[in-house]
Amino acid sequence: MFGTVLAALLALVVAVPLSVAIALFIAHYAPKRFAGPVAYVVDLLAAIPSVVYGLWGFFWLVPRVGPAMDWVSAKLGWIPLFANYSPPAKNISSAALVLAVMILPIITAVSREVFLQTPRLHIEASLALGATKWEVAQQAILPFGRSGVVSASMLGLGRALGETMAVLMILAPFAKGSEIYSWQLLASAQHQTIAANIAQQIREASGISVSVLIASGLALFAITLVVNMLARWIVSRRAAFSGAN
Amino acid sequence: MTTVLERSPGSEAPPPSSSPLTTDARGRRRKATDVTMRVLVTAAFLVALIPLISLLYEVISRGVRMLSWEFLSTDMQGVFGDMTSGGILHALLGTVQITALATLISAPIGLLAAIYLVEYGKGRLARVLTFFVDVMTGIPSIVAGLFAVALFALLVGPDYRSGLMGAIALSVLMIPVVVRSCEEMLKLVPNELREAAYALGVPKWLTIVKVVLRTSLAGIVTSIVLAIARVIGETAPLLLTVGIVTQVNTNMLDGRVATLPVFAYSQYSQDALGVGADRAWGAAFVLIVLIMLLNLVARFISRRFSIAER
Repeated sequence: MFGTVLAALLALVVAVPLSVAIALFIAHYAPKRFAGPVAYVVDLLAAIPSVVYGLWGFFWLVPRVGPAMDWVSAKLGWIPLFANYSPPAKNISSAALVLAVMILPIITAVSREVFLQTPRLHIEASLALGATKWEVAQQAILPFGRSGVVSASMLGLGRALGETMAVLMILAPFAKGSEIYSWQLLASAQHQTIAANIAQQIREASGISVSVLIASGLALFAITLVVNMLARWIVSRRAAFSGAN
Repeated sequence: MTTVLERSPGSEAPPPSSSPLTTDARGRRRKATDVTMRVLVTAAFLVALIPLISLLYEVISRGVRMLSWEFLSTDMQGVFGDMTSGGILHALLGTVQITALATLISAPIGLLAAIYLVEYGKGRLARVLTFFVDVMTGIPSIVAGLFAVALFALLVGPDYRSGLMGAIALSVLMIPVVVRSCEEMLKLVPNELREAAYALGVPKWLTIVKVVLRTSLAGIVTSIVLAIARVIGETAPLLLTVGIVTQVNTNMLDGRVATLPVFAYSQYSQDALGVGADRAWGAAFVLIVLIMLLNLVARFISRRFSIAER
């Protein structure tokens, strides 16, 4: 449970700034001819099945981020957050990185749509005041798109919370007897997510333990439902507003 | 956007600052910030390309190595240990069967629901339905799997496993997607067409069948194909419901069925450093090829449609 929220939030921290920047790039920085294919490429990321992300995370990402995490743990190990790294990097940070890649397309797509809706007059007014491109983004585009970005992030959060396969394939599961709330982001066998736990245990489970797993699934469903409803509510409020313009 | 860009240098606006002494330094700082942010934004985009390119490269380079007629035409029966023989025939067939069954279930339900929402639904009920369809598109896939497990445990018995279960789980994921995109397609049909039909005295249901559906047919097919592409790679619900076997199972009502994503996962989890990993990559490659093909088909249909319209 704690692992679910932690992994999703970590993924969000990585993915949101990156995808807002990408959305800005596609919507307002990239040349027009270039923007279409670029958007298509980002959407392609969304079409790739999660099991493939899991394979990629295990075979490509984990060996590559391992040394970096080793270095961070060695230098900054005195901060509890980064202590106790042990290779291979099958820890929650790697899982969160893969999740970040997986939710990138959805956040980018929604933010891009909102950024493109920025009224032309706002942008031109800002330019007429002599604003540079970044100042236009800062003054006109980002404030206009803020609620859109928030709801896009929540949609991404819902995705990351429920993602099973990538976590199942990368994260070394929670070892019995370790702390339930572990903030050691680089330590392995400290965390587990609800979804991966269900997928891992249901084949051996029977009777009451099946019910336990289904109950945890219900908790997961409730969390994602609330997150998604919030996100949609923000979107729909916004849509009504911009329709009136 | 480009027109705005072209106009701004030509306008020769006076410096906006009211204190001319500091204008120069401030202007330089503003320009520097602008350039920095431009570089950052572009860099973010390039960073996002890294995973995509490396992922595609890995899948293609490792997957093509595995690809052979034998890999595509044999199943895993009698294959154990380090044997390099064996293939994905059973998983490929299973994926096609289950996805087809899921489509059979969710395409009519999704389409009819979309018709209701666009043509008939008014007021509170339709609004609530739209909202929940939106929300349902975001439910975790594993919850859909659990739903199917719990449903069949109640109806049939706790040890029942079949392809139908997997198809039901996939339908739970697929129906909201179909409803959503079909709704968009039906909304694109111009109201004038409907009004013209009504003016000729055509009843509502006939208008829908003969005018609305016919106009948006290609769009509907496209959105169903895209929905198929979306669920064909789902792993978690199938892992819970249909599991994995080593041979072809064509009976969708009884017994476990192998599917490509679950096959990739089970090979990976059995033997992540040996031949299992190779098979997993091979299956992943075939799966991605399938998804790309479906996407291409969808694009092709929608393009044909837009030409026919003119």
